[in-house]
Amino acid sequence: MYEIVSSVKRNYIADLALHEKRLDGRTFDQFREISVEKGLIKSANGSARVKIGKTQVLVGVKIEHAEPFPDTPESGVLMVNAELLPLASPTFEPGRPDENAIELARVVDRCIRESETIDLEKLGIKPGEDVWAVFIDIYVLDHDGNLIDASALAAMAALLNVKPPEEEAWTLPEFPIQKRPVMVTVSKINGKLMVDPCLDEESVADARISIATTEDGSICAMQKGGTGYFSREELEKAYELARAKADELRQHLR
Amino acid sequence: MEKPEKLIVDGKRLDGRAPDELRPLKIEAGVLKRADGSAYVELGANKVLAAVYGPREMHPRHEQQPDIAVLRCRYAMAPFSVEERKRPGPDRRSVEISKVTREAIEPVLFLELYPRSVIDVFIEVLQADAGTRTAGINAAAVALADAGVPMRDLVSAVAVGKVDGTIVLDLTKEEDQWGTTDMPVAIVPRKKMITLLQMDGHFTGAEFKQALDLAFNACERIYEAQRQALRERYAIKQGG
Repeated sequence: MYEIVSSVKRNYIADLALHEKRLDGRTFDQFREISVEKGLIKSANGSARVKIGKTQVLVGVKIEHAEPFPDTPESGVLMVNAELLPLASPTFEPGRPDENAIELARVVDRCIRESETIDLEKLGIKPGEDVWAVFIDIYVLDHDGNLIDASALAAMAALLNVKPPEEEAWTLPEFPIQKRPVMVTVSKINGKLMVDPCLDEESVADARISIATTEDGSICAMQKGGTGYFSREELEKAYELARAKADELRQHLR
Repeated sequence: MEKPEKLIVDGKRLDGRAPDELRPLKIEAGVLKRADGSAYVELGANKVLAAVYGPREMHPRHEQQPDIAVLRCRYAMAPFSVEERKRPGPDRRSVEISKVTREAIEPVLFLELYPRSVIDVFIEVLQADAGTRTAGINAAAVALADAGVPMRDLVSAVAVGKVDGTIVLDLTKEEDQWGTTDMPVAIVPRKKMITLLQMDGHFTGAEFKQALDLAFNACERIYEAQRQALRERYAIKQGG
């Protein structure tokens, strides 16, 4: 099911963009208000709820025993799953994850995996038989746009909140986190680039590009979405925007 | 295969290519009889078939759009296309690739010409050696043109990445597995529009730009090969 936006609103948003303005009065490089709350879920090893404006995402991290993959017998396992809950939007339906949920989970997965945020090599227990598996479950509670950034930030916050399992097999002093990647999504509306699209902006945008950067400004994951396109200049501008905003978002992980 | 100590020796890659060299590319248009349009692409060891059906009536009907045609893409890998048998049917990876493939192709189509219809693009990977989604997009673009679907331009795609600290074009399976970075890119060549961009691994800002340069250059060459395939398909043959 699609979000439906009236043509009056569509034209209004496109027109505002031409005049460097947005629906809610923000500037192009301004996020909505962000809040990060950690440790709300006692039954999870780590958890966090992120709000970006009215968008709400809850992430729970569970750490359990698992069999390693045959090609990495001594490394831990990372799994990311996303649920677009029917309570979060009239356009979300119950059932198996659709392509949007799968894309969301896989983009967040790449952001965390490729930056080597978790030192998976330290999460072996018995080579070839038993390792620690880190399950990151993304629960979208309220969808008002920009789920990618909210989910990536919530996943990172939940990882930083992890208390290791109280078991003999856990021998590390703490949960091994080495990086803090942050995802910033840039939307293109009427040829203009803006960060953190709200739902209405997202629904009229031509395309989006999500860019994950680590502390040193290097890129660890990217994903273009939507049926529009980016020129080369726009891409480079989006990268500069994402890089600048990432530092600001990272402040919320403290 | 064990991980080799070095993936690039004296500026040459494991298969002897230079960093900016494409694997051998073969494109053929109109290879399937029943499909409205089709294409076959070989890129190194990749073998990919694409078929287009439509524009045709959309089923199920509740998915019809009153003002435009719907573009449906299905990327699938044959169970025998990879080292270890892949279970048939869509997995999370192929669902995501189908989505980004659709978004890579849609900008060149005039969907408003065919309300209530569907254009189906089926991409089947018969043999895989990294870069199957970009090979699939190259095949799909040629198949759409072969089907006579009106298009603004073709779409050309290639993967770039980083291996042993060097920015390289068109990664092989080994380079994808042991390299640092993989970045598939699709471009609408005449207008230089980027319609697909994914990346995982590690790039500095400068490396990202260098990788884009490499991708743009290679797409020019792929574009020419796609057009040549279509020219050959529709050439007037002497004595035929």
